[in-house]
Amino acid sequence: MARIEAEVGTPQGGLMKWIDDRFPFTSTMKYHVTEYYASKNFNIWYVFGVLSFVVLIIQLLTGIFLTMNYKPSAAEAFASVEYIMRDVEWGWLIRYMHSTGASFFFVVVYLHMFRAMLYGSYKKPRELIWIIGMLIFLVLMAEAFAGYLLPWGQMSYWGAQVIISLFGAIPVIGDGLVEIIRGDYNISDITLNRFFALHVILLPLALIGLVFVHIVALHEVGSNNPDGIDIKEKKDENGVPLDGVAFHPYHTSKDLVAIIIFLMIFFSVVFFAPEMGGYFLEYANFDPANVRATPEHIAPVWYFTPFYAVLRAVPDKLWGFILFGLSVILPLFLPWLDRSRVRSIRYRGWMYKMALTLFVITFVALGWLGVQPAEGIYVLLARIFTVLYFAFFLLMPYYTSIDKTKPVPERVVYNG
Amino acid sequence: MTEDEMERLDRNRRHFLTVATGVTGLAGLGAFSIPFLASLKPSARAQALGAPVEVAIGSMEPGELVRVLWRGRLVFVLRRSEEMLAKLGDNDGNLRDPNSEVVEQQPEYAANATRSVKPEYLVIEGSCTHLGCAPLEDFEVRPSEQWNGGFFCPCHGSKFDLAGRVFQGVPAPTNLRVPPYRFVRDDLILIGQDSGAA
Repeated sequence: MARIEAEVGTPQGGLMKWIDDRFPFTSTMKYHVTEYYASKNFNIWYVFGVLSFVVLIIQLLTGIFLTMNYKPSAAEAFASVEYIMRDVEWGWLIRYMHSTGASFFFVVVYLHMFRAMLYGSYKKPRELIWIIGMLIFLVLMAEAFAGYLLPWGQMSYWGAQVIISLFGAIPVIGDGLVEIIRGDYNISDITLNRFFALHVILLPLALIGLVFVHIVALHEVGSNNPDGIDIKEKKDENGVPLDGVAFHPYHTSKDLVAIIIFLMIFFSVVFFAPEMGGYFLEYANFDPANVRATPEHIAPVWYFTPFYAVLRAVPDKLWGFILFGLSVILPLFLPWLDRSRVRSIRYRGWMYKMALTLFVITFVALGWLGVQPAEGIYVLLARIFTVLYFAFFLLMPYYTSIDKTKPVPERVVYNG
Repeated sequence: MTEDEMERLDRNRRHFLTVATGVTGLAGLGAFSIPFLASLKPSARAQALGAPVEVAIGSMEPGELVRVLWRGRLVFVLRRSEEMLAKLGDNDGNLRDPNSEVVEQQPEYAANATRSVKPEYLVIEGSCTHLGCAPLEDFEVRPSEQWNGGFFCPCHGSKFDLAGRVFQGVPAPTNLRVPPYRFVRDDLILIGQDSGAA
């Protein structure tokens, strides 16, 4: 190991020099890996970026193998998924990894986003990283939505029906737009076929491209840290940040521990609870799509439910669509909504701490309400939490600017 | 001409050529995108499969509901009984659009009190105008709830009466859509076409 590193670090002729003369291998490795310095006081919140990457790899790998047996046609799709589950050797494992992976993707991405809110990682100069990250999130939602139609079960069909119909709420162009999305007068074989194309080609390509740009932007400005201070301001005589340690081997070996623990949890679910009580795989989806009957109770998969609850809270079709869209988009503006002088929650005042706590409760509550029937007390609660959700963002410029902050330390601290 | 003027002339020409090339390129790109966008529209086959469908209604009992597919969409055909028709008017006060004034939701000949060609037969699309779920029938009359029978959407709780008219205070904005249809014979309805030969 040490010998290889030495070679990578200092090309002394031979193959590495031959390559480096033709491709910037060594310098790229240094810039992004062996000499990329990130703060030494990273805590557990800093593993979810790497874990998102791990899930992306799992999804790409299992997805490629699923396409080898899946048939994107209304007549065959449902049966081909059953075929993968029963007749293809290890097909059940590949398919459960993919379906569980979809849910875990959102688990780690939501935690990754929450980390940014804890430590102000979206604040200057990391606005663009945050925006690219939000684009990744949007593409991921589209990817998950397109993928959910593919098994062609009842929930696939009616879930898609509801979400595609949303676009019909747009005045004037709505109906035409819906027809272009479906490619038919109703969701059909044609819709399934094109969603398959989006799910396996366009959206994954966009995802990979955006992840690449996300990391390039991150490495340009450097990672934030739990203290929210700039480690590049204090450097040693070699220009290395005093509080920074190289991504490899220091952060990678720490990340490896996180990856192993993550995979233990991930495979526990894959092996023992792939349906997760109907939250990861909804029971209604074990029936093939039926145009004639909507399931009694329809709800999206858990990761969409907070936004779905907002949609249902509004008793008007167009406004429901607008608020639903805003609830997804609003976090994009966090870098400008947040007027606090400090980044990290460690040095913020009680107002932001309270607002963020309330926001977490709101998000979880909306998620729970999104799977409840839209009646009685649930509707009222959904309306209250919808107001709280929007208040968190829209009042942010106010409460973050008057909130009392604590002095920020010069150097990073542990457990501060 | 001085060298200065030559320089400016060159710059102006270059600017003109840059803009002209850019605009032409954009126009080309726009034209080139048409085939790709148009390919997303319903294909000839999808349109052909969307042809009108015939529904034989000769054997329908009063109060019976038949589900048929037209253009892949669910269409309800309901033979309304005398009592059902008699109670229709009672709903008017609780409806959003009792007189079918939203023109896109029905052909002209169905913009009447029963929203149908013949009062007895209701033909409506079984697709909630909120988000497209299929409403369920609930024909039981419950005076305590001011419910004279109608349709109920399981997804978001929208309610419609026995003429597919939407009640107030539900998420669906408009009445259920009445597709174009006509009576070929007294016992045969053609859904999807309201004029010309079958």
